[in-house]
Amino acid sequence: MNANVEVLRVENIVKRFVTARETVTAVHHVSFTVAQGEVLAIIGPSGCGKSTLFNVIGGLVKGDEGSVAVEGRTMSGPDPAIGMVFQEESTFPWRTVADNVAFPLELAGLAKKERIERVHHYLQLVGLKGFERHHPAQLSGGMRQRVAIARTLAFAPKVLLMDEPFAALDEQTRLLLGDKVLQIQQELAQTTLLITHSIAEAVQLSDRVLVMTYRPGRVKSIVDIKLPRPRTAEIIGSKEFGQYVAEIWNDLRDEASLGMKDAEAHLPKAD
Amino acid sequence: MTTRPLAEAKWLPATLGLGGIAVALLLAELAIRMEWLSRFIVPLPSDVLMSFERIILEEDVLSRFLATAGEALAAALLVSFVGVALGALLHGNRLLRRACESWVAGLAAAPLVLLYPLFLVIFGRNALTIVMIGFVSGLPPAILKTVEGLSGTRKVLLDVGRSFSLSPSQLFWKIRFPSALPVIFVGVRLGLMFSLINIVGVEFLINFGGLGQLVNELAERYDLAAMYAAICFVILVSICFFIASEKLERWLVS
Ligand SMILES: Nc1ncnc2c1ncn2[C@@H]1O[C@H](COP(=O)(O)OP(=O)(O)OP(=O)(O)O)[C@@H](O)[C@H]1O
Ligand SMILES: [Mg+2]
Repeated sequence: MNANVEVLRVENIVKRFVTARETVTAVHHVSFTVAQGEVLAIIGPSGCGKSTLFNVIGGLVKGDEGSVAVEGRTMSGPDPAIGMVFQEESTFPWRTVADNVAFPLELAGLAKKERIERVHHYLQLVGLKGFERHHPAQLSGGMRQRVAIARTLAFAPKVLLMDEPFAALDEQTRLLLGDKVLQIQQELAQTTLLITHSIAEAVQLSDRVLVMTYRPGRVKSIVDIKLPRPRTAEIIGSKEFGQYVAEIWNDLRDEASLGMKDAEAHLPKAD
Repeated sequence: MTTRPLAEAKWLPATLGLGGIAVALLLAELAIRMEWLSRFIVPLPSDVLMSFERIILEEDVLSRFLATAGEALAAALLVSFVGVALGALLHGNRLLRRACESWVAGLAAAPLVLLYPLFLVIFGRNALTIVMIGFVSGLPPAILKTVEGLSGTRKVLLDVGRSFSLSPSQLFWKIRFPSALPVIFVGVRLGLMFSLINIVGVEFLINFGGLGQLVNELAERYDLAAMYAAICFVILVSICFFIASEKLERWLVS
């Protein structure tokens, strides 16, 4: 990681949703930067605006204010410099594993030979060699998410954006896949922005953790994770790891309980 | 040897299906011979079987089969292309869709074949009339299922496409359309069924063309056994189309 070279700069993002009944400010003046090869985790209570922020940074949703720049170039909509991995199941069921990964390469007009080589490389990287000709329906949820990750990486984005990529998986798969992603990230020195709601996941995978407040989503604090890599089982079991988790939970607790109260207030009164 | 559950054996479903038909035919044979059923209403299955040779040699059933199959093919192509195109149009235009969707659904249930005099006036007493009636009656399910399929594409798949900077037309052809194909094929297959029924029906009504006319003639001669044999050829047309559409779907999807 080279902390001096800033790759992603997010500045003053504001996003409001105007509905017939009310105006919800989902993201409120959020700014941060991510350095070359760094993993920044964003954590926040459910409904705080994480996915909204993800969509604005990826260019899928237009922010009301603020700007996103990659290597100094201001983004205006979806851009090959930013690769996105979504929270929901997002493989194309009508394409084989190999053709899923080849999708962005076909669009870019890569020659068939080079396409096959790249697909092979990235499938090997995510540990899916031998599954090229399977269809997504024949794979487990964790394998499908790996296909989605390989598809995004195959396009060689400068910044990898992931929105709770493990949320739909069971815990064991989540831990294993977390390891895998970390290993890949190190191998490629991939600049990564990881959105999550798991504190342990954030501490395990990232260099810094950004804690968001409950609606409107603002930056509450940024915690440096000074744990050595690779993050072995030993490190995850260490006292320092526990201290980071406690520190972040401390920041997060008030926000999470705000979110809970808000949700309860919207329930029909029992009387 | 490992014991495999019986239900997994490959030959079993086919055997069971054909066996079921054989048993039903045998029961019918028995019922007619015992005179529980009148043979003037239901012919003996064995007589139907015997009359195959007769309708092949004397009634030229094969060329009639080809005539009906050809009309059905023309109608099917029209239904597929026009139905899917109109479905895509309705899907793309909110106003048009809200204006038309319910009466297209109503049309699906209407006995359009009864409009045959109108078609006769417009197209004349020829194969075109028959194809057009097949086309019009197969159209509604193809349109409706196309709209349904295209609207059912999961948002996240479109988001993936947008994140790769796809243009609107690429989004449609690379993501929306393939994701909708299974549902579209359900509609096309339904449309095909409607088309075939109406094609044979109209051949029967205007006494022109393929199998429907043959069925009509045989009924007028009161040759019930041969008539049922001719109906078997209608079923054969529909089986051929089903197999072809399944093959086409598999080829398109892979
Ligand atoms: N298209 C929209 N229209 C109106 N309101 C929206 C829209 N999208 C999101 N919101 C609102 O914005 C807020 C933030 O939503 P968002 O999906 O970004 O939260 P999140 O942090 O990703 O939640 P989760 O952890 O459950 O995924 C929510 O209150 C949500 O109701
Ligand atoms: Mg979310």
